[in-house]
Amino acid sequence: MQDVSTEKKEFTPNIVAFCCNWCSYAGADLAGSSRLTYPANVKIIRVPCSCRVNPMFVLKAFQRGADGVILCGCHPGDCHYVTGNYYTRRRMALLYSFLNYMGIEKERTRVEWVSAAEGARFASVMNDFVKQVTELGENKRLTDLRVKEGE
Amino acid sequence: MQRIGVFICWCGSNIAATVDVEKVAEVIKSEPGVVYAANYQYMCSENGQQLVKQAIKEHNLTGIVIGACSPRMHEATFRKAAEAAGLNPYMVEVANIREHCSWIHKDMEEATEKAVILVRTAIAKVKLNAPLMAGESPVVKRALVIGGGIAGIQAALDIADAGFEVDIVEKNATIGGRMAQIDKTFPTLDCSACILTPKMVDCAQHEKIDILSYSEVEDVKGFVGNFNVKIRRKARFVDETKCTGCKICMEKCPSKKGLNEFNMNLNTRPAIYIPFAQAIPNVAVIDPTQCIKMKTGKCGICQKFCGVGAIDYEQKDTFIERQYGAIVVATGFKPISVDNFNEYGYNDNKDVITSLELERLMNAAGPTNGVLLRPSDGEHPKVITFIQCVGSRDTSGCGKPYCSKICCMYTAKHAMLIREKYPDTEVHVFYIDVRTPGKNYDEFFRRAVEQYGVDYIKGMVGKVYNENGKLMVQGSNLIDNEQITIESDLVVLAAAIEPEPSVRKIATLLTASIDTNNFLTESHAKLRPVESPTAGVYLAGVCQGPKDIPETVSQASACAAKVIGLLVKDKLKTNPCVATPDETMCNGCSQCANVCPYGAITYVEKEFRLGGGKTEIRRVASVNPAVCQGCGACTVTCPSGAMDLKGFSSKQIMSEVEAICKM
Repeated sequence: MQDVSTEKKEFTPNIVAFCCNWCSYAGADLAGSSRLTYPANVKIIRVPCSCRVNPMFVLKAFQRGADGVILCGCHPGDCHYVTGNYYTRRRMALLYSFLNYMGIEKERTRVEWVSAAEGARFASVMNDFVKQVTELGENKRLTDLRVKEGE
Repeated sequence: MQRIGVFICWCGSNIAATVDVEKVAEVIKSEPGVVYAANYQYMCSENGQQLVKQAIKEHNLTGIVIGACSPRMHEATFRKAAEAAGLNPYMVEVANIREHCSWIHKDMEEATEKAVILVRTAIAKVKLNAPLMAGESPVVKRALVIGGGIAGIQAALDIADAGFEVDIVEKNATIGGRMAQIDKTFPTLDCSACILTPKMVDCAQHEKIDILSYSEVEDVKGFVGNFNVKIRRKARFVDETKCTGCKICMEKCPSKKGLNEFNMNLNTRPAIYIPFAQAIPNVAVIDPTQCIKMKTGKCGICQKFCGVGAIDYEQKDTFIERQYGAIVVATGFKPISVDNFNEYGYNDNKDVITSLELERLMNAAGPTNGVLLRPSDGEHPKVITFIQCVGSRDTSGCGKPYCSKICCMYTAKHAMLIREKYPDTEVHVFYIDVRTPGKNYDEFFRRAVEQYGVDYIKGMVGKVYNENGKLMVQGSNLIDNEQITIESDLVVLAAAIEPEPSVRKIATLLTASIDTNNFLTESHAKLRPVESPTAGVYLAGVCQGPKDIPETVSQASACAAKVIGLLVKDKLKTNPCVATPDETMCNGCSQCANVCPYGAITYVEKEFRLGGGKTEIRRVASVNPAVCQGCGACTVTCPSGAMDLKGFSSKQIMSEVEAICKM
């Protein structure tokens, strides 16, 4: 057992969430207007569609020190742009294997479908994901590689 | 040099109670590029907007960030304000510090810290924003109404009265919908047909309305102002232009054993039929699964007797394509199947019926000509028990979690009508709660109890079973705290209502959002309740949520007002956030065109300078900005990174990621 008293602060992961404008971002808004809570370390970036998210953005987030990245889109079949979330699904499946190859735990990324009416689901997905990433601990694999500022 | 202005909204106490707005503004002031930071109680108010306009002019701002509610709420407001002050409206970014921050967090320190990060992220993005100009697209001055029930009829009439062409697409052989099946309406006890059928006739006679009955929407392309819709006109095997509705074919048809769907399968109809006497259009249709001629090739009696030669056994489905500026979805509802509720014994006992079946049994045009006779033996029922909330407010997974809203009122109506017509009948109602909000609704319910002596029992029913030909209804009486059993002749189940299942396909075709109960989602629950988040798509009636006739009619008229507001415009501003290729990097590989769901990408041959006076001709992507909807699928697919999305460029998103990760 680690001595808890010597720890400065409990680890809180930094999480980047990409949300599509039509479903998930609205779902996040609904979670807010329903006053549901989820941890403050989730920060949302609005994109028109989940298919706008280049896997590069995910890697960039890990490189810059994010501990987890979650992508939220409309449910399959409900994409505002008809097929966007299918592309997301395939691209992210490929990214998972790439992350695995690089030694980054696949559990640090996730793709979830949250509709505009699912505020409660949005909050529970975020709570669950934060818990999952907290258990994994800090993302050291890629942040160690990045060029530290001032060095 | 960038000159960014930041405005932090208190939203009264909505933000200010959990986020230290002054501190946020203070911290942000020292961000590079920020020349002005302010906080104000209500940024969206006239004064707040004035503050923004003034600051833009006074400080010569090149971009602004508003830390306030969701951009889905007021982005347009602030863009307008910026434009009025001479700043390009797309130089505005909104940091969502209400829905995504103050409302979900309790701890002030934590929320303030997050608000600072969110505002920083927006600053990082706005620094990379470029002024954008909205294009224009023409508006087709014709509306499509999907569904010909009272919602669709009302919307169509209102739009047509304003002078615009409307098509009603109805999947059944006649318009009228559920309201046509209803006997009387609450709370006035008006005859449903008497108030509906004149409206149906108005539709048929309106020169601007085209009723496409027995038709379904097959495909939808395009966008607001310019939808291209493919409609399947199902073969009715009767020439609609010739049939006069004389009904001789119905009399002569030898195959009379088809279940009459209009009468909730309580009696039968011929293979060739008109759903009900006042059907619009008053044209027969053949059920090919029942028609002897179509099954065996022998018969043809209806053809022989048809005086105008309207019968055509060879008729095939046809397709038409039409353009519309706006679409109203009014697909309506159906009662849920009560087969799953074994405890009520619906499948085992003929005398356990649903409320809509009772509606037909009490209707003068119904299977019993309006005389209430029980289905099993045709006797007058002496004791009738109603069971409320069958599948409504049911979280067990068997039914629906929501309240169907109309059942309390129609059960009170049924109970009252029965007591009125047959005063010797005993009427019991098992209920969980009686919910009667609405003008004259509670008075109506009280009349049922006080004036008509309907016995309301608070409690749920555990079991309905048959004992010596009597239906035993076993339930609890929570007021007297006892178990009771009522010997009944007829049991009526107030089945929950659910959206008509075909709405699922329509939602997919229209890319309209739908919730887990298959209700279409409105753009904003309070402020935009009849608009779908998909521009140009409007929602009327139960497809959006449970509601009664007055509410449905109001919503339909509201839809019509929205549609008219759209169709009077000659041109619409298009979204300037569209994909754009960097032609110097594009190698014309066609990957982007393959993933574009709108076919917005084509290729052109262009001449490029190579230096040294040489040129080369290359094939490069070209995006049609009027067709591109800005999803960004192409930007990620492009192997050379040539494709980018205005307003959501890769650089912008990367800078947002960096701002969030910079701790």
